[in-house]
Amino acid sequence: MADRTLAISTKSGISAATLVVVLILGALLAVISRAEVGAGFVPADWAAVRFTVWQAFLSSMISVVLAVPVARALARRRFVGRSVLVTLLGAPFILPVIVAVLGLLTVFGRNGWLNITLEGMGLPTVSIYGLHGVVLAHVFFNLPLATRLLLQGWQGIPAERFRLAAQLRLTPWAVFRALEWPVLKQIVPGAAALIFVICLTSFAVALTLGGGPRATTIELAIYQAYRFDFDLGRAALLSVTQLVLAGVAAVFALWIIPVMSMGGGQDRPLLRWDARGGMQRCGDGLVIVLAAAFLLVPLAAVVLRGIAGLGQVPVTVWQAAGQSLFVAVISVMVLAVLALPMAGWIAARRSGGVEAIGLLGLSASPLMIGTGWFILINPVLDPSSVALPVTALVNALMALPFALRIIVPRLRDTIQDYGRLSETLGLHGWPLWRWVILPRIRPQLGFAAGLTGALSVGDLGVITLFADQERATLPLQMYHLMGAYRMEAAAGAALILLALALGIFWGCDRGGRIHAEA
Amino acid sequence: MLRLEGAQIVQGNFAMTADMALEQGQKYAVIGPSGAGKSTLLAALCGFIPLAQGRLRWHDADLTDAVPGARPMTMLFQDNNLFPHLTVAQNVGLGIRPDLRLSGQDKAKVEDALGRVGLQDHADKKPGALSGGQQSRAALARVLVQARPWLLLDEPFAALGPALRNEMLDLVQDLVGQTGAGLIMVTHAPEDVRRIADQVIFVAGGVAEAPQPAQALMDNPPPELRAYLG
Repeated sequence: MADRTLAISTKSGISAATLVVVLILGALLAVISRAEVGAGFVPADWAAVRFTVWQAFLSSMISVVLAVPVARALARRRFVGRSVLVTLLGAPFILPVIVAVLGLLTVFGRNGWLNITLEGMGLPTVSIYGLHGVVLAHVFFNLPLATRLLLQGWQGIPAERFRLAAQLRLTPWAVFRALEWPVLKQIVPGAAALIFVICLTSFAVALTLGGGPRATTIELAIYQAYRFDFDLGRAALLSVTQLVLAGVAAVFALWIIPVMSMGGGQDRPLLRWDARGGMQRCGDGLVIVLAAAFLLVPLAAVVLRGIAGLGQVPVTVWQAAGQSLFVAVISVMVLAVLALPMAGWIAARRSGGVEAIGLLGLSASPLMIGTGWFILINPVLDPSSVALPVTALVNALMALPFALRIIVPRLRDTIQDYGRLSETLGLHGWPLWRWVILPRIRPQLGFAAGLTGALSVGDLGVITLFADQERATLPLQMYHLMGAYRMEAAAGAALILLALALGIFWGCDRGGRIHAEA
Repeated sequence: MLRLEGAQIVQGNFAMTADMALEQGQKYAVIGPSGAGKSTLLAALCGFIPLAQGRLRWHDADLTDAVPGARPMTMLFQDNNLFPHLTVAQNVGLGIRPDLRLSGQDKAKVEDALGRVGLQDHADKKPGALSGGQQSRAALARVLVQARPWLLLDEPFAALGPALRNEMLDLVQDLVGQTGAGLIMVTHAPEDVRRIADQVIFVAGGVAEAPQPAQALMDNPPPELRAYLG
């Protein structure tokens, strides 16, 4: 109700947002300057565009459609280990892509567990490479995300409504139509749009499981144009295409993407009186078991294989782990410097159009930004000498939209609750951040930092453009090992990477929550 | 003298006018029906709502455009008067220096203020560990160290029981008596008015009326006030 609630300086927020825009648009301009006018698309480029859209569409549809029964089952069943499972649903988000790919290969790969079983039964084997492999990996990552978003919506249905439904003796179908369908209608489009945008800019999955003329995403095509042909003109053309495609999708998605929650309260099952029948119970149980297996078996495969492979890990892997840690730390620091003032600016405004700037990071592909900065840096410096800082910076930009989604709501509440008090006390500038804002948003900040650090440490993207042997990060080193068919060493590296990502996330998240009074 | 001259306060569809002169050292009660704009009047005095028209003056200074922290007043709100993540001593210390760089002298002042509200043993606790009454006392200790010429109360004790509320009002009366500050408090309770106020500002129908002596007004209320008091 107040016209003047808190004097958060908008100057630093605007500066940070401007910096983000400059970093991204600068790369874009550099890229455009190299795009050859009239060069046009070759058929392979069209194939990449088609494949990119098609796999993103399939991935988002399958993820969301499968997530509905899983979320429904989790929402209405209580069982031992439920809260652990719900927590684990958040794991793929911070799981390094290359680690997950190794896990999926172990289960679904040429000599994987599935094929060995099929062979033993005399059945034809399946191949994980190509479109279905890419979609499989994307579903592995995004089914849990969609499930969490849906679960959040389901648990938002007031318990009173279920009580009412029980009193009215509504049939399961009637319960679904009256209570659950409205929630689905609200959340499904947003979840699908978010996953679609995420999959559009997918690189590492396509790099490892795709490839070839029939399974190349635009991101992968950029990488190939740059790395194999050193055809900057074509890389530039593809980058612009990618930006337009993902940008349009992201702007469209911004309006329907649901709020990211920290997952608080999601482990509290609703007390429900419906769906008590044996059939429904069995169905829910089956869905939960299948979903858990799909999620846990590849993870278990990584751990088992990793333990066995740890002894064969070459010393370069440990060096790479150090580099990755360095990248993650820089990423988190850059993120804090960008996200905090921007969040302050956004939260102090009544309408949130500024968040679109954060979303630029989601739509601008990392490889496009990388290519652009390569073009800018190349005349001045050897790009590989700045491979790690550039990677850290790009990773921070990628994490920015998520960080803003996490921090802004809490910051808004803080201003709502303590803005006037701060004003009467004359708290401005640094003291305001030091004594009021930072302590209030610490859990959210820790969570966002954890996500950023984990994403950054496991990122296999822009580093592939820049790095030479000396500056390889752990995911890149692992990719090299896989390329050289040193799978046991790669598995060992995967375990180290997994531990690093989870450790960084856990450390930051815990650091944010510890001693954080309500 | 704190003067509201031809002031108009507009907030969305709501508008009210106020024209009054308030004397430091006096205790004013702001009463009137719900939604009449009592809190809005205080928010405007404190600088949270800009005046659509008119001026606010304090002695010779024009406060109309001053930010809340620069005004000669401090306000206690209905809730959120303490930062829950800071200790009681830190909360009080913010009243002296917003950056909390307290000198030894400042710290002694904080301790003294806590002593005067009876919280000397609770300096290092977080507000969450205090009772409702103790939290009110901690907020009052901060008011003490701020030592501004005016104290504005927007029903900060509304959640307390009657006995505790009276205790707080007595404490407020003591504090403003010691510091010589003026008091402007919103209240719903006629007995609070009798207990503490010298003057009454009646707010109704989009007008904050000029203050009138409390005793006379309460003994012989005009029809509008009578309708409100019931």
